Amino acid sequence: MGLELIRVDDRLLHGQVVVGWGQRLDLRWYLVADDELAESEWEQQLYRDALPPGTEAEFVGVEAASDRVPRLSERPEAGALLTRGTGAMRRLAEAGVLEDRRVDVGCVGAGSGRKQLLAYVHLSPDEAEDLRRIRSLGAEVVARDVPSARPVSLDVLLERLNDD
Amino acid sequence: MTRVTGVVVAHGDLARALVRAVERIAGVGDALVPVSNTSCTPETLEQRILDAVGEGPAIVFTDMASGSCAFACRRALFRRGGVAVVTGVSLPMLLDFLFHRDMQVEALADRVAGKARDATVVHRGADGRAS
Repeated sequence: MGLELIRVDDRLLHGQVVVGWGQRLDLRWYLVADDELAESEWEQQLYRDALPPGTEAEFVGVEAASDRVPRLSERPEAGALLTRGTGAMRRLAEAGVLEDRRVDVGCVGAGSGRKQLLAYVHLSPDEAEDLRRIRSLGAEVVARDVPSARPVSLDVLLERLNDD
Repeated sequence: MTRVTGVVVAHGDLARALVRAVERIAGVGDALVPVSNTSCTPETLEQRILDAVGEGPAIVFTDMASGSCAFACRRALFRRGGVAVVTGVSLPMLLDFLFHRDMQVEALADRVAGKARDATVVHRGADGRAS
């Protein structure tokens, strides 16, 4: 129990997370590390409104989240730690709280400067560097959208980023 | 009277398929605008929704209440008056909407949501088991 899923996902609490992963892992809580959302009550409420009964979501800044992560494993129910982008996850890794953890890259949509690497993953060179850094700090980094999908290693993503 | 605009926002190809089916059943075209989340970031999806809704009264139909489409609709339209977001989009809901677009947005949203609920029926066989 405790922290069962660590995921980068620009949609945060959406179907794949709440239904796909939530059902599979019986997730009961979500900790969202996001400096902007931590200050926006109305957006937090939009997310909470869509959660299944019996689940809860907390929205905190990245620094506050890094203080919380070491104790999340002690929670009796399973939950997930989410960030919207690779930058926030990198900050968590640099705070030393992701060592020996697995970080899943979920939905990262198309955007300026990003290249499509998988159907659901688009990364810029800077974002790829964030993921390299996270791995260098002791976390396994894979791409995986839903629980039934085979994880795609960071090396594969980096190769595709560098392909012409 | 201004007629209510209908926008269907859903995952993948679902919105387009629903709109096509409604048009084939009802024989009415151009009343519903499909919007897909395919290849969208949350920001680009919100912009697609705002573009489809336009300026007048509108109902935005979306699929899962907990999905990214519904969230994008609610976030994009949070401060926009005259628009309702209805989740659980279905053919009965859209067909009823099509023929009542002169109603006020709030009343129409309640009406179509009720129609969709009423249209969800479990049919059982003579022995009481699901047929």
